[in-house]
Amino acid sequence: MKKQLIQLEINDLIYEVPVNPRDLLVDVLRKKVGLTGTKKGCGQGDCGACTVLIDGAPVLSCITLAVACQGKKITTIEGLADAQGNLHPIQQSFMDHGAVQCGFCTPGMVLTAKALLDRDPSPTETEIKRSIAGNICRCTGYKKIVEAIAAAGATSKVEVQ
Amino acid sequence: MNRRFTQVGRSVPRVDAPAKLKGEAIYTGDMVLPGMAYGKIKRSIYAHALIKNIDYSKALALPGVLAVITGDEAPNKWGIVPQTANEVALAVGKVRFHGEGVAAVAAIDEETAEAALDLIDVEYEPLPVILDPFESMKRASEVCIHEDAPENILHAAEQLFGDPDKAFESCAYILEKEFHTSYVNHAFLEPHTALASFDRQSGKLQLWSSTQVPHYLHRQLSIVLEMPMSKIRVTVPAVGGGFGGKGEASSADFCAALLSRKIGKPVKMTFERSEVFATNKGRHPCHMKMKIGLDKDGYIQAVDFDNTLDGGAYAGWGMVVMFYTASMIHLPYKVPNARARVRRVYTNKPTCGAMRGLGGVQPRFAMECLLDEMAEIVGISPYELKMKNAIESGYRSVSNLYVPHTEYKKCLQTAVEKSGYLDKHGKLPFGKGIGLAGGYYISGTAYTLYQAYKPHTTVLIRVDTEGGVTLHCAAADIGQGCNTVMAQMAAEALGVHFEDVHVVSGDTELGTFDLGSFASRLTYAAGAAILEAAAEINKKLKEVAAGMLGCRADQLEIKDRRFYSIFESRKAIDWEKVVDVYTNTVGTLTGIGHFSPPRLKGIDLSRGVRVQGANIGHSPTFGFSSQIWEVDVDLETGKIRAEKVTEAGDCGQPVNPMSVDGQVEGSIMFVMGQALYEEMKLGPDGRMLNASLHDYKVPTAMELPEIDTTIVDSYDPTAPFGVKESGEGPVQPTIPAIVNAVYDAIGVRFTELPITPEKVLKALKEKKA
Repeated sequence: MKKQLIQLEINDLIYEVPVNPRDLLVDVLRKKVGLTGTKKGCGQGDCGACTVLIDGAPVLSCITLAVACQGKKITTIEGLADAQGNLHPIQQSFMDHGAVQCGFCTPGMVLTAKALLDRDPSPTETEIKRSIAGNICRCTGYKKIVEAIAAAGATSKVEVQ
Repeated sequence: MNRRFTQVGRSVPRVDAPAKLKGEAIYTGDMVLPGMAYGKIKRSIYAHALIKNIDYSKALALPGVLAVITGDEAPNKWGIVPQTANEVALAVGKVRFHGEGVAAVAAIDEETAEAALDLIDVEYEPLPVILDPFESMKRASEVCIHEDAPENILHAAEQLFGDPDKAFESCAYILEKEFHTSYVNHAFLEPHTALASFDRQSGKLQLWSSTQVPHYLHRQLSIVLEMPMSKIRVTVPAVGGGFGGKGEASSADFCAALLSRKIGKPVKMTFERSEVFATNKGRHPCHMKMKIGLDKDGYIQAVDFDNTLDGGAYAGWGMVVMFYTASMIHLPYKVPNARARVRRVYTNKPTCGAMRGLGGVQPRFAMECLLDEMAEIVGISPYELKMKNAIESGYRSVSNLYVPHTEYKKCLQTAVEKSGYLDKHGKLPFGKGIGLAGGYYISGTAYTLYQAYKPHTTVLIRVDTEGGVTLHCAAADIGQGCNTVMAQMAAEALGVHFEDVHVVSGDTELGTFDLGSFASRLTYAAGAAILEAAAEINKKLKEVAAGMLGCRADQLEIKDRRFYSIFESRKAIDWEKVVDVYTNTVGTLTGIGHFSPPRLKGIDLSRGVRVQGANIGHSPTFGFSSQIWEVDVDLETGKIRAEKVTEAGDCGQPVNPMSVDGQVEGSIMFVMGQALYEEMKLGPDGRMLNASLHDYKVPTAMELPEIDTTIVDSYDPTAPFGVKESGEGPVQPTIPAIVNAVYDAIGVRFTELPITPEKVLKALKEKKA
């Protein structure tokens, strides 16, 4: 298959990358753009570690073709901290609540949480659980992750007011 | 808890959390080296077959392919237990499980490497496939899996303590049952990855690996590659979970290293998820018979335990796991007479190995469920029966396990009180139930598998003007947080703040010796070594400070980054100033500390007879946990919904309470999967049918029950900083507590895992009939 040069907008920057039509977004991000914060845990869309945001919605980058992301806004975990490198409130909340252990699910989990809280800053516990049901974490038992997301939601709600 | 501590006992965030949260933490799979090639493994399509021929000429001719290797190029056997080492980097002459590696390719990219795999022709002569351990023993004369194991048994042992047969004769209550556990995988999120870089000119190899055991990996590489350890450096970047599954070398490590040496370029190899399942090393399915005898007052008089472990194709950690299942029956209850007959059997499955709570989870399931049932027979609450038999501090088991300190009874009491167990047990409506179980795990020990007397951990602390405090130790932080707790303990011992300590770990060249992250050994072991290293540093700094202050060194204390006289509070000076003077006059200050667990022989105390494997690596202390699960069984669908878990644990002095909570919550959800959902399924040909995270069902957030954990007030005076383990004790009670809760809900005692909706519906139907 012939490679084509495409433009991807990732974390508000435009990248030009040569891709095969069958190249997956996760591989393009990790190998061609060099953003290795997006993790690959299964390559089959089962574990959620590769989650990125496309136009604000969580998407499994290991089953998404890179060519299909042209003209869309891609947000990876590297795009969450502010311009000075300060943690996003969700990241801060994960840290403060001890919601990070091995860290391999963390980028996908944080981005899924961001999509949820952007949609609804005060989700119920069930809504939080449902939203991260596609993100497997084998270390934490999820409890601290759910607490971290709830607290981050509460914080951002205060900020909005 | 010791409330004089300022750094130990603090719930500080993990030191590596920000980098992990920002996607900046580097895992092995994220690394790229100049000129790096990619490796892939060709895997067997038979579960048991002779390899007649391997032709890789077409693969080698494919443009972009740099090298192909087969097992013949590295036939040295490796194994985490040297006495039973029988694995090879790639199969030599024979494959023993479906998916075993038969050849490996290095190519300029992964796509080319994958294409090359299809061009390798392997000629097999299929052999009968044995997937059941009992069939394996029965047909051993006809189907032999390993030539040196004519019975298809890796090892078998009998351990006898006291006289259980005689004790049973006088028991008022005796119950005997069979229990079966399933074939489960760790399902850590980061697949095994190795990156090897061999330098032809210096003859040195550096291997970056997602391993829990840099030292053991170092040793095994030395054996397989026939290179001295001093020419090999193992480095552990961030690791995406292990749970025992990265507790020995993986074929990715060997193949990456062999390929790199062959082509003189770095080679990276990352497993697919299916390869993680294919290489397994998960928990042993155990087929157990347990018999317990109680006297008329409900005191345990004897335990008889028989265990057949389904080990899969190779030895792995098998012998250790087998002996652990035998020794785990001696606690946390007083058992005056005991017998264990155990055997670990070869089958043509991906090999079983170490998995969180190794060797404890299976016998715990049997014992806690049997005691629950016996309490009903005796007519008392399971809580009362367990309290009556629970050990206390200073207990020495008949097998010579010594427990210097325990708050196990407090764990049981706390969980019972907080959950309202006594008001609910046996009184909830049909379909709802509550179940109790307890458990424990070793802490601080390990078995130096190659029988050396060298210390298990060495810590080097460096103090100077440039770096402040730097702690060197080749321990591996696999997500459990040892880099954070080591910094906290060092800060406590030196009288500085945890933020002042830089931890250099996970590297066999930069770090001092450590056995690895397994067996819940590290907090205890590193803690002891840190105390020794810090004492040396404090002594020297105090001498300088005393001179500066005009007092005696033995009158000085160090706290909060200050030296002060315990008699004259005005005589005080900043820690940094003292370090400055010391460095400027003497130079960099170092302190070194070592830890070796005590060596106690496994003997039958009642007869004074040494018993083989009875006390594998004496544990200096033990952690305890009690759990109460409340479940709701859907009588229409058979689905079990966990509603609430009340846990109380004795981890000694928590170094980082937030981390302890994380370990406990993680333990609970991890093993809940084994109780209710997880099982690897094999077809009759040994092919794995559910080798994906889609079909192998681990708990998601939707299965998360309400979890209420309590760290009970505890301090082990014999332990460094009073600590014990916290990451493997809490996995022990989970399965039996769930099973006991299901019994309370629907009156069915399950003895086979996992308790799937199908099994529940079948049992409910049988119950009605």
